[in-house]
Amino acid sequence: MDPQNMRNMRTPLARAIGLGSAKEGVGAWWAERVSAVALVPLTLWLAASIIAHTGSDYATFIIWLKTPLTATVMILLLIALFYHTALGLQVVIEDYVHSGAKFAAVIAMRFGCFALATAGVVATLRIAFSD
Amino acid sequence: MMPSPTTTRPRPQSPNVQIYRPQLTSVLSILNRITGMFLSVCAVVLVAWLVAAAWGPQTYALVQAAIASWIGRIVLFGATFTFFLHLCGGIRHLVWDTVHGFELRSIYVSGWSVVAASGVLTVAAWFVGALMGG
Repeated sequence: MDPQNMRNMRTPLARAIGLGSAKEGVGAWWAERVSAVALVPLTLWLAASIIAHTGSDYATFIIWLKTPLTATVMILLLIALFYHTALGLQVVIEDYVHSGAKFAAVIAMRFGCFALATAGVVATLRIAFSD
Repeated sequence: MMPSPTTTRPRPQSPNVQIYRPQLTSVLSILNRITGMFLSVCAVVLVAWLVAAAWGPQTYALVQAAIASWIGRIVLFGATFTFFLHLCGGIRHLVWDTVHGFELRSIYVSGWSVVAASGVLTVAAWFVGALMGG
């Protein structure tokens, strides 16, 4: 045991726990796949909806988004999309940003994803519950 | 144990990306990441679109005009291909996660299938969009 640990009175086991694998990486890996599976039908629905509304005017678009099913699926899409985006961008940041800016970049990116998802959900609900 | 003198020689640095000839496998691998990053920007546009619609008809018309412009259409066409490439590439990854399709031949068949499917789906999406009066 090195002198620093003697000072801290920590056992080698206590020191090892929290270092190396935290057994949490697999959670992020799973979440990325599960959100990807959810996004297959959701994004195909969005793409089909956008195509179906090419050339539609404002009133037609609003009537479509006001239906409970559309609003529900749109909100589900926004949640799954920004969850998947946050997980994906975190891997990119962790791969390329090696300075102290990494931590800040991941947090800023997560704040951005939360803010955008919330803005999208609020906008959808505002349309859904408008007169 | 003393380290042998040979280990003091500088070790070769890896990866040396620039010395490798691009292959379908490596190009699709990095494209999945690049398309993912581009689609993150598209997600911001999706939110801007919804917020503009919630704001009112004038704001919505402004966003619609931007999308309908030539630059808007070129970006949207690129975004369509990007979306289908990431979608098809993602499905390829999900299949790999089930420990299937790792034979060299399968990897090339699935890789070219992803490229072909993305191209066909992009053209089909724009064809139907044009029929809808875009």
